Amino acid sequence: MNFRAIWAIYKFEMARTKRTIMQSIVSPVISTCLYFVVFGSAIGSRIETVEGVNYGAFIVPGLIMLSLLTQSVTNASFGIYFPKFIGTIYEVLSAPISYMEIVLGYVGAAATKSLMIGVIILFTASFIVPLQISHPLIMALFMVLTAISFALLGFIIGIWADNFEKLQLVPLLVITPLVFLGGSFYSINMLPPVWQTISYFNPVVYLISGFRWSFYEISDVAPLLSLGAVAIFLTVCMSVIAWMFKTGYRLRD
Amino acid sequence: MSSIISIKNVEKTYSGGFKALDPVNLEIRQGEILALLGPNGAGKTTLISIICGIVQKSGGKIRVGGFDTEEDYRQTRSMIGLVPQELHTDSFETVWNTVSFSRGLFGKPRNDDHIEKVLRDLSLWEKRNREIMTLSGGMKRRVMIAKALAHEPQVLFLDEPSAGVDVELRKDMWNLVETLRSTGVTIILTTHYIEEAEAIADRIAVIRRGKLLLVEDKGDLMSKLGRKTLLIHLSKSVKSLPETLAKHGLELSEDGMTLTYEYETAGKRTGITSLLSDLSAAGLKFRDIETRQSSLEDIFVGLVSEAA
Repeated sequence: MNFRAIWAIYKFEMARTKRTIMQSIVSPVISTCLYFVVFGSAIGSRIETVEGVNYGAFIVPGLIMLSLLTQSVTNASFGIYFPKFIGTIYEVLSAPISYMEIVLGYVGAAATKSLMIGVIILFTASFIVPLQISHPLIMALFMVLTAISFALLGFIIGIWADNFEKLQLVPLLVITPLVFLGGSFYSINMLPPVWQTISYFNPVVYLISGFRWSFYEISDVAPLLSLGAVAIFLTVCMSVIAWMFKTGYRLRD
Repeated sequence: MSSIISIKNVEKTYSGGFKALDPVNLEIRQGEILALLGPNGAGKTTLISIICGIVQKSGGKIRVGGFDTEEDYRQTRSMIGLVPQELHTDSFETVWNTVSFSRGLFGKPRNDDHIEKVLRDLSLWEKRNREIMTLSGGMKRRVMIAKALAHEPQVLFLDEPSAGVDVELRKDMWNLVETLRSTGVTIILTTHYIEEAEAIADRIAVIRRGKLLLVEDKGDLMSKLGRKTLLIHLSKSVKSLPETLAKHGLELSEDGMTLTYEYETAGKRTGITSLLSDLSAAGLKFRDIETRQSSLEDIFVGLVSEAA
């Protein structure tokens, strides 16, 4: 293992985060606070509780997942797309490092960044709504696994994309709708039966449900099923990356 | 001399179907400066990119320092430093950080003294805390060279190092190349500026349309393919040449003042003696005589058009 190379890439990516602290950390926190105001206070004042949990508190896990997912995908996809775009990727490709090490560096940094955002949102929320975390370890596990899986997905998108438009396409057209329809702001039980069935095809439902269970012990699907869904998603992403690297897809023609 | 890079039957066809390299065979000797000459699109960069691991080859084998570039890529790549043709830099990083990053990326432990030495050699030390985007093009080129030297490579590839470079930097660069060579570093440079190859290379390889046309010691190449031209300036203008001089294949200039005679330096008999005695026998008086050696450029142009 070339640990020095992994560390060099990781440090480089984290330095980028530091340079762009406003757009990296501050803006997702501000937008999350806006969600709290709109969904938590304005709408929440009319809903009050969902399955016995205060509505403001109910949406916290969903909000964290929303940020975690979109941030992981954007950070990782941008992290690998940008060197490709400006050409500095030549150095990484000519360095004595394996594909595995490249992924660890880039995905590790992207996941770290989105986890930081997740924790900041959790911290901010604790001042606004009555939070309760029943299973902190499982909560942490869900956060870490989700951040890594979606950073891997972002990495795939970053390698696949050959222009900035494609880079924005997936987060905008796939991730955001899936999260909004994945029960971030409501329980799946509140939907008409047809939509409930459709929702079960949405992988994000499993993530949010499991994550919410670690807070309030309420869930739309069994927590173990949620964990399984994350594991499957992680495996699929890793397989795709392994295939990309084996064939040199869009990196080494 | 033993070879440090051994290229055997390496070929490359890009996914679009473009054949960039016909099977290429080349042995690069330890410690030499090899100039890879060729017009744009000849396959120079493709060949370098394959050796460095940036492009996958379609066939053949490459060994660097005895290691296979695919099976033992860690060993081969850590021996190589690459300065690419284009200025690819991270605009917002500082010079110091980007050079240190390169060293880490190649798995070498931190060594601030070495980085300092590289930066000083390239006159970058005063600019070490500047963001790269604030530097001029020439300075960015220096940063690229510093990055390639950060991990103390044994083989250095310079891809079109003089593209867009001013005289001073070019001089600095050649000094650096000389210093590196004296420490045993093998240097391969690609160029389409022939003077550059003529000035510093030990051996010249000419590549055209993915084919290696020749690899030869610079001196041998120059004397083997070099032609000399003898110019005879006459004291009086002549309208035509006497019959007795026809066998020499002379060319008379339009004003009738200059005779041009071409001969091969490698030939045993240059024919100069008989030409001169025939000239005086014909009663022609001359004012001056000069010879011109064809440059590598002429040789190169001759080669490339011959193969066309």
